[in-house]
Amino acid sequence: MAGVMLLMAAPAIGQSSETVGTRLRHQNEDGERVPVEGVVISVTTTDGSEVGEGATDSEGVFSVPVSGPGVYLVTIDVNTLPAGIRLREPDRTTVEVEVLESRDGRAIFSLISGDAEPMEESGGVSVRRVAQLTTEGVKLGLFLGMAAIGLSLVFGTTGLVNFAHGEMVTWGMLSAYFFNYFGLAGVFGFMAGWWPPLGEGVNLIFAAILAVIVGGATGYLMDRWVLRPLRTRGVSLIAQMVVTIGLSILARYMFLFVFGGNLRFFRDYSAQSALQIWIIEITPKDLITVILSVLILIGVGFFLQRTQTGKAMRAVADNRDLAESSGINVQRVIRIVWIGAGALAGLGGVFIGLAEQLSWLIGFRMLLLIFAGVVLGGLGTAYGALLGCLLVGIGIQLSTLFIPVELKNIGALVVLALVLVVRPQGILGRRERFG
Amino acid sequence: MSGSNLASRLWDRIRRRDDFEPDLGWVLDDSRRKWMAEHTSGVTKPDPALVIKNLRRTFGGLTAVDVDHLEIQRGVITALIGPNGAGKTTLFNLLTGFDRPDSGSVLFDGRDIERMRSHVRARKGLVRTFQLTKALTKLSVLENMKLGAKGQVGEGFARSLVPPLWRVQERAIEKRAMELLERFSLAHMASEYAGTLSGGQRKLLEMARALMSRPAVVMLDEPVAGVNPALTQSLLEHVRELPIEGMTVIFVEHDMDVVWDISDWVVVMAEGRVIAEGLAEDIGKNRAVIDAYLGSGQGIENPEEEAP
Amino acid sequence: MALAAIDWGFILIQTVETSLGLEAAVYALAAVGLNVHFGYAGLLNFGQVGFVAMGAYGMGLSVTLWSLNPFLALLVGMGFATVFALILGVPTLRLRGDYLAIVTIAAAEIVRLLARSTTLGEITRGAEGLHGFIGPFRELNPFDPGAEYGIGPVQFPGNQFFAIVVGWAVTAVALVVIWQLMRSPWGRVVKAIREDEDAARALGKNAYWYKLQALILGGVIGGLAGMVQALGKATIQPDSFVPAYTFFFWTVLILGGVGRIWSPVVGAMIFWAMLTFFQGTLTAMVNEGLIPTALMDTSQVSQIRFMLVGVGLALLMVFRPQGIFGSREEMILDVR
Repeated sequence: MAGVMLLMAAPAIGQSSETVGTRLRHQNEDGERVPVEGVVISVTTTDGSEVGEGATDSEGVFSVPVSGPGVYLVTIDVNTLPAGIRLREPDRTTVEVEVLESRDGRAIFSLISGDAEPMEESGGVSVRRVAQLTTEGVKLGLFLGMAAIGLSLVFGTTGLVNFAHGEMVTWGMLSAYFFNYFGLAGVFGFMAGWWPPLGEGVNLIFAAILAVIVGGATGYLMDRWVLRPLRTRGVSLIAQMVVTIGLSILARYMFLFVFGGNLRFFRDYSAQSALQIWIIEITPKDLITVILSVLILIGVGFFLQRTQTGKAMRAVADNRDLAESSGINVQRVIRIVWIGAGALAGLGGVFIGLAEQLSWLIGFRMLLLIFAGVVLGGLGTAYGALLGCLLVGIGIQLSTLFIPVELKNIGALVVLALVLVVRPQGILGRRERFG
Repeated sequence: MSGSNLASRLWDRIRRRDDFEPDLGWVLDDSRRKWMAEHTSGVTKPDPALVIKNLRRTFGGLTAVDVDHLEIQRGVITALIGPNGAGKTTLFNLLTGFDRPDSGSVLFDGRDIERMRSHVRARKGLVRTFQLTKALTKLSVLENMKLGAKGQVGEGFARSLVPPLWRVQERAIEKRAMELLERFSLAHMASEYAGTLSGGQRKLLEMARALMSRPAVVMLDEPVAGVNPALTQSLLEHVRELPIEGMTVIFVEHDMDVVWDISDWVVVMAEGRVIAEGLAEDIGKNRAVIDAYLGSGQGIENPEEEAP
Repeated sequence: MALAAIDWGFILIQTVETSLGLEAAVYALAAVGLNVHFGYAGLLNFGQVGFVAMGAYGMGLSVTLWSLNPFLALLVGMGFATVFALILGVPTLRLRGDYLAIVTIAAAEIVRLLARSTTLGEITRGAEGLHGFIGPFRELNPFDPGAEYGIGPVQFPGNQFFAIVVGWAVTAVALVVIWQLMRSPWGRVVKAIREDEDAARALGKNAYWYKLQALILGGVIGGLAGMVQALGKATIQPDSFVPAYTFFFWTVLILGGVGRIWSPVVGAMIFWAMLTFFQGTLTAMVNEGLIPTALMDTSQVSQIRFMLVGVGLALLMVFRPQGIFGSREEMILDVR
């Protein structure tokens, strides 16, 4: 993200002259980006005349003022790099930098740990690896599915694709983080010193329960204060969709503002050693969250199949007009769907955060995978959403047997496009929705 | 088979076009049952424009359309009637390619059109209107009309950028559009947005727009639903004129007066099947049909048994 | 009075610069493409930034990888955008509009992730972005790179000015082409499909094919926006194509009024004027201590900017879908 800010930020205001330099940072094992100090950098003009030379400071920054806009060359002295850190592209020691008026020129050198390979190992198909990846895939699929059911039910009952659903996932994750670390005082400073969970953090289990409540409340508020008024105004679905996009951008960058761009972890259960079950390694927290998700999803299924409200939901999703004319209170059903969707998204967020890291952007990344799962399973069907997400989760993990890890999510999205060609209604969808 | 006999009566009917009142006091006795058996689906026509063979379409477990054999006579007005959910609109969709059947085929001028997509069928002359009017509200009435014309040079991407290629044709299309609008009493609205038209005017516009392409078969889905009585009469006048211009008309209608008024031949559907077909006056006297139509369901206990 | 300490003159100059300069030209062009998609053909493209990226990378790679001349590079950029449109459109345009929305937003993100991946790092130079393609383009620059061009206090350096002139010239050409298309029978069919696809099909129009054409046309124009941006910035950064920027283009389009020929240009100018003024003021207020640094620092100003656009987009969509100058009657966008 730093790159975006750098690039898109309007020229720094109040600056009269330009500088050229670089900021060296390196990602350590915890995923934090730490400055690299004491590396010698030299800046020259394109015809080779020297502008300045020096070492990076404690912030990893070195810069020299230049006479004006133009193109400059920035060279890094690789011999001065600390041990264990090297350039990702060893040949690229000199970078061309263009300086525009009242804009500083920044050279970007990409640093990696000396022993870290640029790519995770991906070779070797063994039973053990397949079993392990399948387990990881089921885990991811269950978490995605938990979030996806809400998205799918909202679509089924109202026809709306909620693009802010990913932010509801992040919201659950981040509220659990705040309850876990600071309590509400993390947001409302005046509460500092009050009782937990207001003034200080609580155990993650309790924080997760609070996050689910917050998620459900958010779902309720989304329906009550945003989408129901739009429906009563008769605003079209397309416009509603754009509104949810506006909200998702608002929420996403609000998260960035409050939470920052770094990756973080929950206070509890972050470092656990894995258990060995048969040939599969799984951490206790993952095992517990997987079991919990299965139980919760069974509960959701039971709710949809057996309870009056659940049946009403399916009826509304099936045929809204028919449901309405047979006496079902559609607005109430939609409200409950939204509350459930918010709560499940929140819990999904907590689980994903526990399995991976917390970030302001994770909801959006998950949303794309959820879309893939939901379309694969059949848009608007609750069980299809779950099935699709499981397949997407397993597919993503198993695909790393053959493709680089960094491309695994892309594979899922390519599958999404292929599904639309072959069977647009999804695995469990019905044909008549399509012309 | 009484088919040829019926066909000759059909021609008579075309020549006479008299009005009559349905006799609701009619009782379903054995002789009428026999009549029904003779009139149930599958009557062959002298010169069919459309032939439907074993056409089936199911939604989930529900059979929406299941037509063994149905022919639509060229150059006459055929009404398609039946209670709600009888499969009339689904049949329209299947005929025009807006929906795909599970099995079966449709012959148009003797050729199987099953594999043709909807717009190709329209180009071949099978043009429809919709139950809920689809006036293109943010286009002017005239633009709506011009859209209906076939074979427009300027509809190609590259050619559209060179106006001299299509300007002459455009003028001819505009002339024809204005003539049709004149005929349908919409000429004064030509430059208005179609969105400003009343419901009845939209029905008129949609029909006029369909005629722009000089279709062979015009399929009207409830052409007078929601149209005020004064406009209904003028609309029906236009429908009556279509066969004279050589067009075949199929229409779905719930208003029985309209059906008796303008149709030559009536096809009755219930639960996806064609349960009877015949001359309008014969069908009108048939109590079973009326019962089926009104949904009391007492007229025909078991259509399958009745069918030959 | 602390507000007096803010250099309002400077902020105003910045405001004028961005609303006439490269930013506005790029956004106007991208929104022109979006206007073809959504305003005229009714296509829900939520991944316009993907087309912008495809255009930029197509042009950049033509030079760095294949050493093509600038005009061929331009064609390759357009080709990239076309291929992208085909990949997106062929599977989805037969389906309901939501599917295109879902697939485009996902595909745009795929493009960014692929471009910044180490797997393609040899080609696209990963997260640090593509450099070193600008040379051949700069040779075409008729303006003196050392000199400044502009009116009064609003001045652009020669190379920048070149990109701006090219940007607005391309926008003008695109507008003329679209104006001609939309008053032709082709445009009539496309608009009919926007209003009601089934009606168009019932009249014998191949809705799928027209939608595909419109998707390609708008996508290529989006690609041109990417090329103009690359020309002005002399670098192609994958992270300048984050998904949120698509909705900046949407905001531009709705600001100007969907489905009208000038709306993207008007929208882009207003959008950048508002954004830059807001950002400049906020940054200055932080610098002058009017906003405590505990609350926010200058680097967070651009985050506020995203939030503002998010709220703005939602509010515009509900309350002024016809654009800020438009009237309800001429509203193309059927919100109700």
